[in-house]
Amino acid sequence: MSDNFPPDQRGPAPEDGTRRSFMKQAGGILGLALAPPFISKAERLTALSRKVEGVSEMQLKVNGTVRTIRAEPRVTLLDALREHLDLTGSKKGCDLGQCGACTVLIDGRRVNSCLTLAVMAQGKEVTTIEGLAKNDELHPLQTAFIKHDGFQCGYCTSGQIMSGVACINEGHASSDDQCREWMSGNLCRCGAYPNIVAAVREVAGNKS
Amino acid sequence: MDIEPTFFDSPGAGGIVGQPLDRVDGRDKVTGKARYAAEFPLPGLVYGVLRTSEIAKGKITRIDTAAAVKEPGVIAIFTHENLPKLAKTPNTPEGKKAIGAPMGFLPLTGNEIHYANQPVAVVVADTFERATHAASLVKVSYEQAQPIASFLDPKAEIFDPQKVQDGKTDGHTRRGNPKSALAASPIQLKATYTHAINNHNPMEPGSTTAHWEAADRVTVYESTQGVTRTQQALSEMLGLPRDQVRVITKYIGGGFGCKGSCWPHTPLTVLAAKAIGRPVKLVLTRPQMFTSMGHREDQTQTLTLGATKEGKLTALIHEKTSTTSPWDNYAESNSKIIDLLYECPNFEATYQLARANVMTSTFMRAPGEAPGSFAIECSMDDLAAQLGMDPIQLRLLNYAEKDPSTGKPWSSKSLKQCYARGAELFGWSKRNPKAGATRDGKYLVGMGMATASYPVHNSQGTARVRLYADGHAVVQSGATDLGTGTYTVMTQVAADSLGLTVDKVRFELGDTRLPTAPNSGGSVAAGTVSSSIYMAAQDVWQKLTKLAVQDKRSPLYRAKPEEVTNEKGRLILKNDKSKGEDFAALMKRLELTDIEGTGNGKYGAGYESGMAASAADSGHKDDAGQHSMHSFGTHFCEVRVDPELGTVRVSRWVSVHAAGRILNAKTARSQIIGGSIFGIGSALMEQTVRDDHFARYTNASLADYHIPVNADIPEMTVEFIDEHDPYINAMGVKGIGEISMVGVAAAVANAVFHATGKRIRSLPITPEKVLNAGIAS
Ligand code: FES
Ligand code: FES
Repeated sequence: MSDNFPPDQRGPAPEDGTRRSFMKQAGGILGLALAPPFISKAERLTALSRKVEGVSEMQLKVNGTVRTIRAEPRVTLLDALREHLDLTGSKKGCDLGQCGACTVLIDGRRVNSCLTLAVMAQGKEVTTIEGLAKNDELHPLQTAFIKHDGFQCGYCTSGQIMSGVACINEGHASSDDQCREWMSGNLCRCGAYPNIVAAVREVAGNKS
Repeated sequence: MDIEPTFFDSPGAGGIVGQPLDRVDGRDKVTGKARYAAEFPLPGLVYGVLRTSEIAKGKITRIDTAAAVKEPGVIAIFTHENLPKLAKTPNTPEGKKAIGAPMGFLPLTGNEIHYANQPVAVVVADTFERATHAASLVKVSYEQAQPIASFLDPKAEIFDPQKVQDGKTDGHTRRGNPKSALAASPIQLKATYTHAINNHNPMEPGSTTAHWEAADRVTVYESTQGVTRTQQALSEMLGLPRDQVRVITKYIGGGFGCKGSCWPHTPLTVLAAKAIGRPVKLVLTRPQMFTSMGHREDQTQTLTLGATKEGKLTALIHEKTSTTSPWDNYAESNSKIIDLLYECPNFEATYQLARANVMTSTFMRAPGEAPGSFAIECSMDDLAAQLGMDPIQLRLLNYAEKDPSTGKPWSSKSLKQCYARGAELFGWSKRNPKAGATRDGKYLVGMGMATASYPVHNSQGTARVRLYADGHAVVQSGATDLGTGTYTVMTQVAADSLGLTVDKVRFELGDTRLPTAPNSGGSVAAGTVSSSIYMAAQDVWQKLTKLAVQDKRSPLYRAKPEEVTNEKGRLILKNDKSKGEDFAALMKRLELTDIEGTGNGKYGAGYESGMAASAADSGHKDDAGQHSMHSFGTHFCEVRVDPELGTVRVSRWVSVHAAGRILNAKTARSQIIGGSIFGIGSALMEQTVRDDHFARYTNASLADYHIPVNADIPEMTVEFIDEHDPYINAMGVKGIGEISMVGVAAAVANAVFHATGKRIRSLPITPEKVLNAGIAS
């Protein structure tokens, strides 16, 4: 199934300035790991030798609004959203990248926000479940989740919906089986899977 | 009220109750607005993190917090050396009972280590990251002892507990003379079934946010299936009057039993918050979820079955051995379902336990019924195969027309219809009776079925209805909605009972300030809370009737109250519906802005139902207590087994259940699907692995403890058989949270047997077990 492989979806590279200001904050080891090749070797070594400073300011663009938080560089995007921005729609089911409850979109691409440091999300567009509806009008997938009862407790739901939105955009919901496969990174202990597939497929069908 | 009314004959019947209404909390859940226990941003909130033990048995010889305390942001570290004293702990049997604790031991009350990952410190800091890091810096030195890992450990001592499940279940039961009946039976089958440890793993981890509003008053946002039970536990442990402990659970991210009790992290968080004088939030990590809120115990059961040559059961002998903790005699009561599922005159069950270095196990969805049904339903399948009989035919041959365990008639039982409808939907008649004979390409195809049953447990609760003259109502009961649909179905019940549309009703739950409701567990919530609401609405109507018949301006003036009824929000005369008035008109005239009613809903055979009371009143001695109350159903499963890889995939699924009144066709279907998937997990993949030597856990994460993912689950078909049961409660609701899972593992195992001709009696049925069974490819 060749369509089971994702197209190259690397988002646009952030502005250099953004990257650099990010580097300053992230500092040290993290910065090194992410340092793009155009940063000089000397600069990379400096990064390595610099101590990770504690709390610093970072700017996150979430749901179209730039917000500033003061946090340590080790804060995950998930905790930044939940604990700093009171955007608690993204859930923490494992904090280990194993359940998908924390799924958000970064530049349109689905990621586990518990595996993403907040500093790394700077200069990018973060979309969470709170940003999906346009004012009072729900996103079609939100409506479909209600209609098909795609959840019970609701704890995996934000992640399922964000993942579902991306899954549809990726073109990975063109059959029930494909949808099941590509939605399998999002666990649901309540067992809403057949209803989730129904919701995602309905919206995918309407789209194509 | 002398005669309790029931919903059956009420004018509300035939309204929105039963309809597939979308969840009323749906919008909050799909927009991320629903707030769970760890999502209340209190001013000054700080973070608690547990440090847990690396060893499973021994003593803490030294606990050094010096380095951790120095970390920036660290506020306090609590260990057994400085934890504030509690008024009561569960460490004595009396304390445990008063608290209603699931485990007779609270960590941090001494230096002994009894199980792996037992909490040894609570670290509180201003951020989650700092608390987590500081917890890793706490240095714990141990004097290690050799732990016992399970009942299978050669060091384990197997003992007869006399009673299990905190005394609720007898360790020995006997009817008739099973041993001699077995000896005289031409057919005897003996089989041993084993079960891995299962963990509930709700997607929302256990979470507590404790906020002391005054030195003697605390509010706790808790991820619990029962705010009342948590309140009881905390008020006993803290030595505070109940009303000074408030517990709030507006949303809960699943529970499945593990959030049915107050586990150690909750009082530890509450104590920490008190000591530092700031609100504290503590969320268990996913690995900690495997050793913090109980589990389904590792167990083995041997079932011996005697039958005539025709296939009539003559004797059932059940023996269970399982692991329990150093303090408690907990075992799921597997034998209960085996005792009543089929007509069989001779029955015996015994329980044995062994203490090991594990925390106490606890109820997990369909406790007892899930593993018990695995044993009896696989053995019945074996018997059918041995006799060359159709598995459904064999079950019909042994159909129990009365409850074999008590001799009482069923309050209702529609199992035959479930078999028939399930078989039809599934296409059972197309099944090749011969095992191992159906193929689809390289896959071996198997079809299996099993019976499900779950009791109606005794329970009661209360609700309050406030009806406003402007046509709105607020309805309250301190229940919880685990995702089962409580918010939605109770709104429906209230709407019909009051003659309003659902958009005019707001149902509130999840707060100890509301009228008391039972734990959402044991499938009791739907029946109890709905009946309470219905009764509260009747209270409102009675009050309104009284006002109307005394009011000169009312068309009902001087009517006898018993001659007045209500329909679509109107008070009317029973025999002249044209005579009456809207409640709103009456209330406005009397200048009443609102009127309140309360109700006490009772559920189960321990109480007389409304119908029974009225029957008794009219000279019939037919009360609810003389009935055995159970829901029944069937699951049908098709699997595809890969003979080269040993993988089992469920390819089709049909469930048909009869569980009294179904309050919402949509949420009920979801619940049955969810329970079936939960069961498929236990059948095919779920196992928590405890190391034999160290009694530590090797797979405590969601990457290593596999639960079903979307791709594991096919489209599923669910139907309900309409059932009218006037005995169970005013609403006629039996509940479906657990029955959805009963029999599931057996249906899967029976399908695997049919596919391969090999019987696998060890759960989960993993690929290596399938390959080791020696199937020919
Ligand atoms: S919380 Fe991020 S994957 Fe589970
Ligand atoms: S809805 Fe409860 S975990 Fe998915």
